[in-house]
Amino acid sequence: MTPGHVPGVFNVIMDYPRMTMPPFWAPTASLARLRARARHLATIRCFFAERDVLEVETPVLGQGGSTDPYLASLSLEASTPEGRRQLWLQTSPEGHMKRLLAAGSGPIFQLARVFRDGETGRRHNIEFTMLEWYRPGMRFDALIDETCALISRVLGKPLAVTRLRYREVFKAHVGLDPLTASLDVLRLRTEEAAGVAAHDWSRDVCLDLLMSYQVEPALGRGCLSVVQDFPASQAALARCHRDDDGEEVASRFEVYHEGMELANGYDELTDAVQQRQRFDADAEARREAGLPRVAPDERLLLALQAGLPPSCGVAMGVDRLVMLAEQADTLSEIMAFDSHVC
Amino acid sequence: MANYSTNEFKGGLKVMLDGDPCSIVDNEFVKPGKGQAFNRVKLRNLMTGRTWERTFKSGESLEGADVLELDMEYLYNDGEMWHFMKTDGSFEQYAADRKAVGDTAKWLKEQVAYTVTLWDDNPIAISAPNFIELEVTETDPGLKGDTANGGSKPATLSTGAVVRVPLFINEGEVLKIDTRSAEYVGRA
Repeated sequence: MTPGHVPGVFNVIMDYPRMTMPPFWAPTASLARLRARARHLATIRCFFAERDVLEVETPVLGQGGSTDPYLASLSLEASTPEGRRQLWLQTSPEGHMKRLLAAGSGPIFQLARVFRDGETGRRHNIEFTMLEWYRPGMRFDALIDETCALISRVLGKPLAVTRLRYREVFKAHVGLDPLTASLDVLRLRTEEAAGVAAHDWSRDVCLDLLMSYQVEPALGRGCLSVVQDFPASQAALARCHRDDDGEEVASRFEVYHEGMELANGYDELTDAVQQRQRFDADAEARREAGLPRVAPDERLLLALQAGLPPSCGVAMGVDRLVMLAEQADTLSEIMAFDSHVC
Repeated sequence: MANYSTNEFKGGLKVMLDGDPCSIVDNEFVKPGKGQAFNRVKLRNLMTGRTWERTFKSGESLEGADVLELDMEYLYNDGEMWHFMKTDGSFEQYAADRKAVGDTAKWLKEQVAYTVTLWDDNPIAISAPNFIELEVTETDPGLKGDTANGGSKPATLSTGAVVRVPLFINEGEVLKIDTRSAEYVGRA
């Protein structure tokens, strides 16, 4: 027996997901991988303890869900003191954590379980672990440095960091300016890139496809690539600012390693009125696309009205980080049970 | 037929695309950090055997294809069509044309079972078992003492297929052949 093996089914699943399928009740990760995962989680907690960032736990269920038209929230009906209510499984712990910030928590982090309906694949699972942290008062640049330091620590090697602007990296890999190219040109390029009928696709959907197919796979090869200054239309919950060319861009960054998106950071929007407008715009987009209505997070809006300190925050896919650290090919290999066998 | 949404796409599912029945080979979920999710799907066109790569917005759907894969025994060729019979005891027969039989024609041997793909009850593809045993009908005489250094020569088999065989193989011998690579495996 090799080290790390124990008698029993863990021996069988060492071969997963090769031809021999394990029994239906068996875990999808090997015991060695589960031990490695536990070590990486300990490293993350240690990293934040050293920096005096408080670990918090917030509810998985909330009275509001994510209104983002590109995220499918799951919900359930619960018996509460107020009677039967629809509650939403969180797609990220953002709302609750911002309410803690508004209450004066100071810097906080969480290893949260989050849920996104329909997302399954090699790099996706309906339920997954998200590391989210907030740094009130920290500069955006300092947060990028901190994010890269954490990734390097977990991966166990110092990685060079390359910082790129969305517009430049897009131009370099697609050969088009994402801010000024005409919609017709973008649609044509999308059709060429993906064998798809894109004649009625929106600008952002074309950009998303080209980014996913032609840019992301080239990023972070042997290093960490940080992409920043996203188009303002892709701001989500981030502030916007004018870039060096005078274009309005989102104060948002993404970190990639080995062609995979690992983390997404924002200079957080703290204006309740603007946040309300974005919720309303999401609701309208959902209605137009025939997507189900999701209750917006009214308590987050109240917290923003009460006052959220200027804060930067990051969300990081812990499972993907562990997958890279362990040189696994799929998330299943580092999750005790993936969505197929849960 | 029912419609299938991208998150139901999995290997082996048969769907209609551009008027042809296809079998899904691979389905990769792709999503940029924020924004629209896509499914990057590899499909095998069952009419042509070609593999297509297509992208769908997640949540889009395709119509299912009425495709069945059945084991059938090869019976005979009438000069135009190849005839097969179900192995389920029904004796039901199907005739496949040149297009459906394709390259498999050179592996067709009576009484051997093949996988016949039916679309709307018509044969559209025939695939051979991975290994088949066939007799050598023609090859140059064996050369003595030259078995160790991997020398080979062409041999024609009873179905008309030509494969490379070791020098020691003689006419009349029955060989085991891998139909996927058209390679000699051993004496049967």
